Amino acid sequence: MADTLLDIRNLRIEATSYPPGEPPRDVVLVDDVSVSVDKGRVLGLIGESGAGKSTIGLSSMAYGRGGVRLTGGTIALNGRDIRLADAKALRALRGREVTYVAQSAAAAFNPAIPLMDQVIETSLLHKVMTRAEAEARAILLFRKLGLPNPERFGKRYPHQVSGGQLQRAMTAMALCPKPDLVIFDEPTTALDVTTQIEVLAAIKEAIRDTGVAALYITHDLAVVAQVADDILVLRHGKRVEYGSTAQIITAPAEPYTQALVSVRSLDHVEKSDAPAVLQIQNVTARYQGTSFDVLKNITLDLPAGQTLAVVGESGSGKSTLARVITGLLPPGQGQIRFAGRNLAPDLAARSRDDLREVQMIYQMADTAMNPRQTVGTIIGRPLEFYFGLKGEAKRARVQELLDQIEMGKGFIDRYPAELSGGQKQRVCIARALAAKPRLIICDEVTSALDPLVADGILKLLLDLQAAEGVAYLFITHDLATVRAIADRIAVMYRGEVRRYGSKTDVLAPPYDAYTELLLSSVPDMKLGWLEGVLDSRKMAAAGH
Amino acid sequence: MRIPLSALVGMVFTGAFFLAAILAPLIAPYGMAEIVGGVWDPASGAHLLGTDAIGRDLLTRMIYGGQTTIFVASAATILSFTLGSVLGFSAAVAGGWVDQGLSRLVDLVMAIPALILALVILSVLPVTLTVLILVMGLLDATRVFRLARAVAVDITVMDYVEAARLRGEGWGWIIFREILPNALSPLVAELGLRFIFAVLFISTLSFLGLGVQPPLADWGGIVKENASGLVYGIPAALIPAFAIAALAISVNLVADWVLSRTTSLKGGRG
Amino acid sequence: MHPVLTLVVQRVALGFLLLLAVSAVIFLGVAALPGDTAQAILGQSATPQALANLRAEMGLDQPPLTRYFNWLGGVLTGDLGTSISNGTDIATAIGQRLGNTLFLAFWAAVISVPLAILLGLVAARYNGRWPDKLISGVTLSTISLPEFVVGYLVLYFLAVKWQLFPSVAMVFPGMGLMERLNAVILPVIVLVLVVLAHMMRMTRAAILNVMQSAYIETAELKGLSPMKVIWRHAFPNAIAPVVNVVMLNLAYLVVGVVVVEVVFVYPGMGQYLVDHVAKRDLPVVQAVGLIFAAVYIGLNILADVISILANPRLRHPK
Repeated sequence: MADTLLDIRNLRIEATSYPPGEPPRDVVLVDDVSVSVDKGRVLGLIGESGAGKSTIGLSSMAYGRGGVRLTGGTIALNGRDIRLADAKALRALRGREVTYVAQSAAAAFNPAIPLMDQVIETSLLHKVMTRAEAEARAILLFRKLGLPNPERFGKRYPHQVSGGQLQRAMTAMALCPKPDLVIFDEPTTALDVTTQIEVLAAIKEAIRDTGVAALYITHDLAVVAQVADDILVLRHGKRVEYGSTAQIITAPAEPYTQALVSVRSLDHVEKSDAPAVLQIQNVTARYQGTSFDVLKNITLDLPAGQTLAVVGESGSGKSTLARVITGLLPPGQGQIRFAGRNLAPDLAARSRDDLREVQMIYQMADTAMNPRQTVGTIIGRPLEFYFGLKGEAKRARVQELLDQIEMGKGFIDRYPAELSGGQKQRVCIARALAAKPRLIICDEVTSALDPLVADGILKLLLDLQAAEGVAYLFITHDLATVRAIADRIAVMYRGEVRRYGSKTDVLAPPYDAYTELLLSSVPDMKLGWLEGVLDSRKMAAAGH
Repeated sequence: MRIPLSALVGMVFTGAFFLAAILAPLIAPYGMAEIVGGVWDPASGAHLLGTDAIGRDLLTRMIYGGQTTIFVASAATILSFTLGSVLGFSAAVAGGWVDQGLSRLVDLVMAIPALILALVILSVLPVTLTVLILVMGLLDATRVFRLARAVAVDITVMDYVEAARLRGEGWGWIIFREILPNALSPLVAELGLRFIFAVLFISTLSFLGLGVQPPLADWGGIVKENASGLVYGIPAALIPAFAIAALAISVNLVADWVLSRTTSLKGGRG
Repeated sequence: MHPVLTLVVQRVALGFLLLLAVSAVIFLGVAALPGDTAQAILGQSATPQALANLRAEMGLDQPPLTRYFNWLGGVLTGDLGTSISNGTDIATAIGQRLGNTLFLAFWAAVISVPLAILLGLVAARYNGRWPDKLISGVTLSTISLPEFVVGYLVLYFLAVKWQLFPSVAMVFPGMGLMERLNAVILPVIVLVLVVLAHMMRMTRAAILNVMQSAYIETAELKGLSPMKVIWRHAFPNAIAPVVNVVMLNLAYLVVGVVVVEVVFVYPGMGQYLVDHVAKRDLPVVQAVGLIFAAVYIGLNILADVISILANPRLRHPK
């Protein structure tokens, strides 16, 4: 018989929203959700932003962030309903029966206190063990989680260790008081992909070794498939589907789950070679006042009407490359050739046609549009600026562009704040398109979006390329996106191009060491993928 | 849109003060320097607020005093605001040595308490209304500069400003169409605070005897004229004191509301 | 050298540089203004010969830079020059008054700092509830009042109407401490009221800012009691901003003291400064102005140094 640890029934969670200039109103964040976790099991909570997954996770400690209220249903933890428990009872269970691992450990650790004191704080507070025992256990956990120099690690302050290490230290902090349940709230989302796999493996092993039950919250189905026994799919605060991990991954019943599972399967057949529209020749660049090169001798070609994906982790120099091409950062050495002519190194020296033909789309559509301008002004400005369109002619062309990005009528007089995330990014695409460019630089344009929305944007970009023949320089850290859209790929690492060529060449062995590491670190939506990768890495290490 | 009660009260009082200042010669019952009664006569039908230290009608003095206070404070605010925001925006957009030079100069001026620096300057210059307005306006422009520059710097790093630069837009479009509309609400709220500061500043200077000179008087000066009565239990000096506080609080209430209203406009930061 | 020490030394050095620049503004800036000290002393009817004689006597015929360095050299050796209006030595005249002013400011600080921090904590703890609203409302009105208005309100009610305290703050050499304290009680109350509002509001904001950090949520989720959360997790991070607030407001006291001394006819630096501005006694004004600016800058440097020392990132470098 399964031993139920957490049993949530018909949970309803509300909050009061304060829209500026309007009377406050109550909004329902979670509606009629039931789920249970047995001792020693791991439940994955998955959904897009606003699905209510973190809210449900925190409700298992009867905690509401901000003004969030748990207004209905029962939350039974170890057999008693904690939803309306008093503050004293809640303090007794928080940090003792249930602990929490936050998305950003860097913010969740107190900057003024050494790590060890924070890690053992709950064990001492709830009198689970003595200080000596707690420190011994913390060191054991540090070692188990693969932290460097476990005996001395706790003496350090949060700012003295890396992001991946902090995330592991936070896991140690959650496991130290031997809780019954740990809530992992997107613990690897903020990490680079090669760090993510290490932290993920460490968390999984620690869960297995300690036999603790866990709620694992993420927006990434491929990640949760590696650690969870069961998965609950959420959308808009409602339950969509609940089942074993194997069932959800291989045989999803609901259309929404099916869409989530197939989201990364978009594939794009690469085009045959064509004359280059953009040639980056031996470019070296550094920022003013620094003494090292952010870009080291970069040479790349982008054929007209095709897509060159530049892949790399944070600090690889991929966004700097975009700044050099646009002229925001003149290169120290080297040359940018565009459509057969040399581009001036500095933005100010470029002709209006040079500026028009190279357009840019940003990661955060929110900050890429002036909040005080309407969609019509935002898209209309390049039409007016480059082509002198005015009045009705301009408005008609803006509408045409809106149709092209599949937004249709009724948006032209709206402000950015009235659009959804995906719509904002579409407007940014329309603004770039309005200039009739030959090259669009896309800087992580889908990374801030939910997977299904991102998928829609990628499809739109491919359609527009087919229709307009525009070339994309596509900067991303996400290899699934690369597979979906690229004709050519450049892998960047610490300012250098490590691997460059057509998509099939780059994604086929033999790999160089970094590309191998990068490719193998991208989570695959398969059961047992994590173990498979770790085993093959161990074998490879043993072979050397 | 509903106007909250506090803002309504603030607007009514602010409006009344300004109206009284504009209409001073029409509504004042007596002449400003006219001696019409005894020393510190108590309030009566003829003198609603009584008379002052040398027998002038206090209500008349208050109305003309308000005119002087509001005029000097408004002029100084307009000067500080125009100068501070123009230089602040220019420093933020131009960057480089223009920004460095202006910012260090402002740091230097702000390293000396404003009242002390004003006293040092006023010990040399003749104390006239023009000089007072210039000194107050210039000293206060440093504060507006800091705010305008900070707000503009926050906006110039936004991607939409970069997008405009990449498009090839000139300075005019970038400052007036991209930056200014987004910088307006904090600046408008600041306008109210700067006005209050100017009211307090000119009142303090006049109280110290270094501001508006007799026979003209502002509220701070009227406090000074009647202060010696306080020890004999004559509260005449408290009336202008109360007026200063009432004006400052009313403007504060309006400024608060303007700030919350402009940020919630369509396309605000929500 | 420890990097923190380097930073502190840099900050202090920068402060001295700033003070030097301020002295130049007070001396050279004023010299550049239209206005003539000799004319001011002798009046409009003075003969050109008399003016020239006086200028030569005062060294005004020398170039401003020379006069500035002579003045600066004097200031550094404790010679502040002589007063134009009565010919006395400025340093001697200031000595007694500086003590009086510091006495006043000291007691105002001793009372207002703990009170402001306490009220700030209470307001932050009950954020948005009635104790917070009450404190915020009262402080908002005190902020809208100029110092001299607060001064006269206090004087009228406490000294004249209710006769609780003396209305004039007379102090003289040879007075006992208790007598002295009794004499300054009203000006101290006024200064406390004036500084308290600003200090309390900024303390409240600093603590609320810390309380919104993610690590405070972590502490709550560990099951710590509200007092333990504040004491163990918020307090160490709030020291720097709160100390900063305190120092900035003590600097604000420098301005308040000028006005309050005039209200209560207190024989301190502020009264001395205001008297001599009216007499257009430039050497006195420059000397006293420089001292006020130095105290102000000194407190600002102290605030920065404490912020540096309290920052764990700087104390424990990578």
